[in-house]
Amino acid sequence: MDHSRLELAHLRGVRKQYGKVVALDGVDLTLESGQVLALLGANGAGKTTAIALLLGLLQPDAGEVALFGQSPQQLTARRRIGVMLQSAGIADNSKVRELLDLTRSYYPQPRSVEDCVALAGLDGLLGRRYGQLSGGQQRRVQFALALCGNPQLLFLDEPTTGLDIEARQTLWRAIRELVAGGCSVLLTTHYLEEAETLADRVVVLNRGRVVASGAMDEIRKHVAQRRIRCLSALDTACIAAWPQVRSAQRLDARIEVVTDAAETVVRRLLAEDAALSELEVQRAGLADAFIELTRDDADAAPQPQREAA
Amino acid sequence: MNAIAATTPSYSPLRSYLLEARYEFLRLLRTPSFALPSLLFPALFYTLFGIVLNRSSGDAARYLLATYGVFGVMGTGLFAFGVTVAMERERGFITYKRALPMPPGAYLFAKMAMAMLFAAMISLLLAVLAVTLGHVSLAPWQWLELFAINVVGVLPFCALGLFIGTLVGGQGSPAVVNMLYLPMSFLSGLWLPLKMLPPVFATIAPVWPSYQLAQIALKVIGMDAGGTPWLHVAVLAGFTTLFFLLARRRLRRTG
Repeated sequence: MDHSRLELAHLRGVRKQYGKVVALDGVDLTLESGQVLALLGANGAGKTTAIALLLGLLQPDAGEVALFGQSPQQLTARRRIGVMLQSAGIADNSKVRELLDLTRSYYPQPRSVEDCVALAGLDGLLGRRYGQLSGGQQRRVQFALALCGNPQLLFLDEPTTGLDIEARQTLWRAIRELVAGGCSVLLTTHYLEEAETLADRVVVLNRGRVVASGAMDEIRKHVAQRRIRCLSALDTACIAAWPQVRSAQRLDARIEVVTDAAETVVRRLLAEDAALSELEVQRAGLADAFIELTRDDADAAPQPQREAA
Repeated sequence: MNAIAATTPSYSPLRSYLLEARYEFLRLLRTPSFALPSLLFPALFYTLFGIVLNRSSGDAARYLLATYGVFGVMGTGLFAFGVTVAMERERGFITYKRALPMPPGAYLFAKMAMAMLFAAMISLLLAVLAVTLGHVSLAPWQWLELFAINVVGVLPFCALGLFIGTLVGGQGSPAVVNMLYLPMSFLSGLWLPLKMLPPVFATIAPVWPSYQLAQIALKVIGMDAGGTPWLHVAVLAGFTTLFFLLARRRLRRTG
């Protein structure tokens, strides 16, 4: 947005090992103000460890962790953040109002209860016990607890897991509203669509290392290919031999061509098969980029399309 | 609602400690599986064994008033810490709390304050039963001393419970707590005076913290085994510190 981005937190050359398993192997990560950073990676890539280090829940074996220029162990640093973890383990028989009241009391300048209710969509839930709420409502309460301290930096660890599409979009809207108000976000997610919708920057972790980091568009550009689908009788083996075609395969009546130069290939397809129909050209989504980036590992190749993280 | 909306101009973590304790208390009060046994068992047992079955002897009503107080606060300390800490650790709640800017020690302070409040309620309940149904009459300072012993005496069991909570899982913790709680009550002479059991029980009794606390309580009504009260206090203080430190080490490593 502007040139005056401030660094809020960083990992520098961080290494963390659990027994013999290396969770993070020399990771650098910088969180800047006014930014939504999505941390992506398969299960076991080190996302949760990276967050735990930034929150001061773990100590690195090597390297440096800073949160607002301090150790995350410092209370003054953590008073500037909000946290939504995958499982909060909140007691069933606490009332929502009590949870909100208590968490607000940890912060010097908390958001008003009304603001929290409005932002997280807690209307009519304040007097209810946490255990009586639906899964989606509980996530909303957790989100309210994350934002109630008026944080400058919000940690959202898979915030919409288990939510239906409508609830997810409501939460996205709320996150965008917070970001517009100057809050920065570190997001991990299973849903690439979520990262595409919310994030300005992406860091992809694979086996404890950063394999890609950059603006969302740059990451997508990592994979310049586009995918062409159409109904055609052309021989895929021939198409595969065309210049700039990466692969071509037949799925029943349909053929699917992956290429770096969609326009040229489409022109030639139309020229060679006058009966060609249902032409479709798709830009590689984050999912494709992600698969490409983590491909070097043999066992990481068959990633599912929708849920690659 | 409007009053809540105003932000506090000068921030003090004191409010966090108070709210933490208050909500912990409310939360446990809403947990019948904790609140009912904690409050009612000592009172029911005392009524049955100390009063109904002992019509002839005023001594039993006095003796058991002291020991059921110890029985009650031991249960409260062990269950309030042992079971809730085990469950909250397992569910990831302690991790979540550590990620928040919760003032240091607020979590343990809240649980301790809540356990002391429950201990006070148990102590008062027993006193009311003793006076009304058991016709126990004590001097005012004796009532006050018993009350104070119960309220402070819950702490060694909080420490022991905390340590158990850091060791065992949420599912297993009630069983582990009961396995300590009930035998220790019996072996410390909380249900029957140790004089009525084979002498070996009296010999090993000083090992149990509940025995140490019971001796202090029985001293108040002149029915103790004749030890030095300060020695019992010192043993309990050492016991509390030891288990608290052990638990803190465990929480650092695993939490």
